[in-house]
Amino acid sequence: MAFILSRRQFLKASAAVGGGLALEFSFPLSSADAEGATGTTEVNAWVVIHTDERVVVRIARSEMGQGSYTALAQLVAEELECDWSKVSAEFASPNEHIRRNRIWGSMSTGGSNGVRSSQDYVRKAGAGARAMLVQAAAARWDVPVRECTVARGVISHRPTLRTLRYGQVAAAAAQLAPPAQVKLRDASDWTIAGKPVQRLDIPDKVRGKPVFGVDVALPGMLHASIAQCPVFGGKLKSVDAHAAEKMRGVKKVLREDGYVAVVADSWWRANEALKKLDIEWDPGANGSASNESIAAMLREGLADPGLPQARKQGDVGAALASAATVIEAEYHSPYLNHATLEPQTCTAWFRPDGFLEVWTSTQNAEASMAAAAKAAGLPLEQVEVHKMMLGGGFGRRGAPQDFVTQGVTIAKAMRGTPVKMMWSREEDMQHGYYRPASLVRMKAGLSAQGKLVALHARIACPSILAVLQPGRNTSGVDFTAVRTLSDMPYTVPHQQIDYAMRNGHVPVGFWRAPGQQNGFYRECFIDELAAAAGKDPVEFRLGMLNEGDKNRLVLEAATRAAGWGTPLASDVHRGVALVNGFGSYAAIVAEVSVSAKGELKVHRIVLAIDSGYVVNPDTCRAQAESNVVYGLGSILYQENNVKDGRIVESNFHDFRLPQISEMPKVETVLVPTGGFWGGHGEPGILPLTAAVCNAIFAATGKRIRSLPLTHHDLRKV
Amino acid sequence: MLELKVNGRIHSVDVEPEMPLLWVLRDHLNLHGAKYGCGISLCGACTVHVDGVAVRSCSLPVASVAHKEIVTIEGLSQHGLHRIQQAWIENQVPQCGYCQTGMIMTAAALLAKNPQPTDADIDATMTNLCRCGTYARVRQAIHSAAGAPATRANAAKS
Ligand code: FES
Ligand code: FES
Repeated sequence: MAFILSRRQFLKASAAVGGGLALEFSFPLSSADAEGATGTTEVNAWVVIHTDERVVVRIARSEMGQGSYTALAQLVAEELECDWSKVSAEFASPNEHIRRNRIWGSMSTGGSNGVRSSQDYVRKAGAGARAMLVQAAAARWDVPVRECTVARGVISHRPTLRTLRYGQVAAAAAQLAPPAQVKLRDASDWTIAGKPVQRLDIPDKVRGKPVFGVDVALPGMLHASIAQCPVFGGKLKSVDAHAAEKMRGVKKVLREDGYVAVVADSWWRANEALKKLDIEWDPGANGSASNESIAAMLREGLADPGLPQARKQGDVGAALASAATVIEAEYHSPYLNHATLEPQTCTAWFRPDGFLEVWTSTQNAEASMAAAAKAAGLPLEQVEVHKMMLGGGFGRRGAPQDFVTQGVTIAKAMRGTPVKMMWSREEDMQHGYYRPASLVRMKAGLSAQGKLVALHARIACPSILAVLQPGRNTSGVDFTAVRTLSDMPYTVPHQQIDYAMRNGHVPVGFWRAPGQQNGFYRECFIDELAAAAGKDPVEFRLGMLNEGDKNRLVLEAATRAAGWGTPLASDVHRGVALVNGFGSYAAIVAEVSVSAKGELKVHRIVLAIDSGYVVNPDTCRAQAESNVVYGLGSILYQENNVKDGRIVESNFHDFRLPQISEMPKVETVLVPTGGFWGGHGEPGILPLTAAVCNAIFAATGKRIRSLPLTHHDLRKV
Repeated sequence: MLELKVNGRIHSVDVEPEMPLLWVLRDHLNLHGAKYGCGISLCGACTVHVDGVAVRSCSLPVASVAHKEIVTIEGLSQHGLHRIQQAWIENQVPQCGYCQTGMIMTAAALLAKNPQPTDADIDATMTNLCRCGTYARVRQAIHSAAGAPATRANAAKS
């Protein structure tokens, strides 16, 4: 605690720095005073109870729109058996997390893990706090615990008609040892979890409260805008800052290895001055890389005779040689930026006492702590990262912490003054950690009866893990590059999946449901095989799924809800696809039409998903809608092209996002079967592309084997 | 010095006349509701009202709006929540929320001009971009706000 100013002390100190200016300072949605002001008790690390009965649940994962902030609070409150109307949430402090021996578990928020990977310990925390509160009440009354009951935060002793509220016993409960074992409530008894309660973060968001990383405002704060070497891996050669330095409000031009930053008294001034810099870059070895050189790299990978295998079962060579029909196809996807609507941002302040405070929109506060500490040259204990709400994440702000390193480096040069760095949209578009471009060749053998007997796929794709976790992967196979093909649920006797790790110079990262391109490839190819076998695409798939397989269940649920096989308006056609991942099972039926001019309209998406349990059904539906729009952009328009070593696209005119007029009707069918915990942030996108492209085939007879559709002429042949 | 009327209050700001309104609001007046998403009028995250019209403040030189009525999300309603904001909560529209203040300002201006917008009106007006895909709920919330007259009872609810 020695290095931490209390929030109230900080406000006072800040006011002094600000010279009496009435500047706003806001912590993200914090309603609890974590410093233990009178009336506030931390019953355990997750549960804070006020004497006025307000309950604050601490949240360790980040909130980027996916709803974990509320869902996790629901799970804690469910076990706590408190009054939901009195519950609010706040982010756990990463600094305290480090000093308390990582008491809040993982802070990383990706892979649709927010709820499913913390549900066990957060529910136990809620149940543990409940047990301690009851024990404290029983002790006060001097009665056995088993005679006490709890409802909505009120403990009752029926035999003597006495009651106590949680707020009245919280302080005593906090003194007790946590129970060694707790029993969790059965999902069928849930009253708070499993319900579509309103999200806790929404009221502030509709009011325009300053909850995001870019909204941080500190007394005396300066602003920074940066220009990074447009060629990945390149360096700064020289910069003439003469004109920029003379511009109004400009405080400093900072020269770093791979970027230049301008610090000024407003972001616009910093960015205008940045445009006036005369910068010469040294592009390094990658200055001539292009779409063509990347395509050649991937193609060379496919031809490599010595590739490692991600899966080998049976003998594909022999099975293909004796198959009645052999079908072969090649599919391709481009690089894609995450394009979070809030650009990358980081505010940092080296306090006079040597402590570093950082405010940022991060999917992984611990990774932010590590990056900040490293850039500052400070031990973790002398760093705090304030977790702000994220204006979108989608995988961009987790493993890569480039923006934190930069923000801290810039503030270090301005020691004592807080600096908020924000990237322009152009920087954000051109300095992502892109969804990898990939090239896949698939070869399949059908028996005389039209059964799929052999599948051989060769995947050439940059490795995300090689970029983000260098040294960790030694097998030569990156599971994020091969999944969905290497772990097919279909019963195909002969399978071989080869992986060509071809990395190139474009940084790659976890883009919503990393590996989802393989869902496009596999499920479109399966559709091609069904057509070749003369079978209905649903029947063809069901014929390869074992009884009891949950993939089967969601496929049946989606096709039933969509009315597969029933008549549609004459110009509307259906496509289907099925992919499991991120703990859940998902199937989609898409309905599309293609006009005589070749214009695609996606009318309806029916998405069935089995996530085992559903903590907030409304949030799960919202995530389904979100996955559909996110995927739709990549189907329709989005691509990041490479020319002269750099990304060509720069803003939303050449990296378009779908608009409201393009939004299809999304129907979400939640079919939680219990017994496992799956995610919702990503699974919905997995079958989307294939379902839409298969519907395009049904409408036009054209197979789409690469995206986006802007490269295809959809007019009927 | 430039005089700006924002949310009913007059502010004197000492800024370049070409500075976009968005940055005057965010960095000089400490109003962070309007967001930066693209800077070139493509996304609508920066939408505010100028004389009742929804405009993209990232591309509006501040000098052009001197002496006009500027309203930001912070001043959208004098009493509690605007019915659009209520509809946004009832329909649980926001996900990350970053585009939402711009969406709300665009929707509020639409309803002020066109109290019963059709789907086609919504398609034509609500060109704001949302990376999280909240569009279905935006549409639903506009329709539900259109159905709910702005009564005092509504305002009091918040
Ligand atoms: S920031 Fe103004 S339209 Fe995008
Ligand atoms: S809610 Fe995230 S960008 Fe719209």
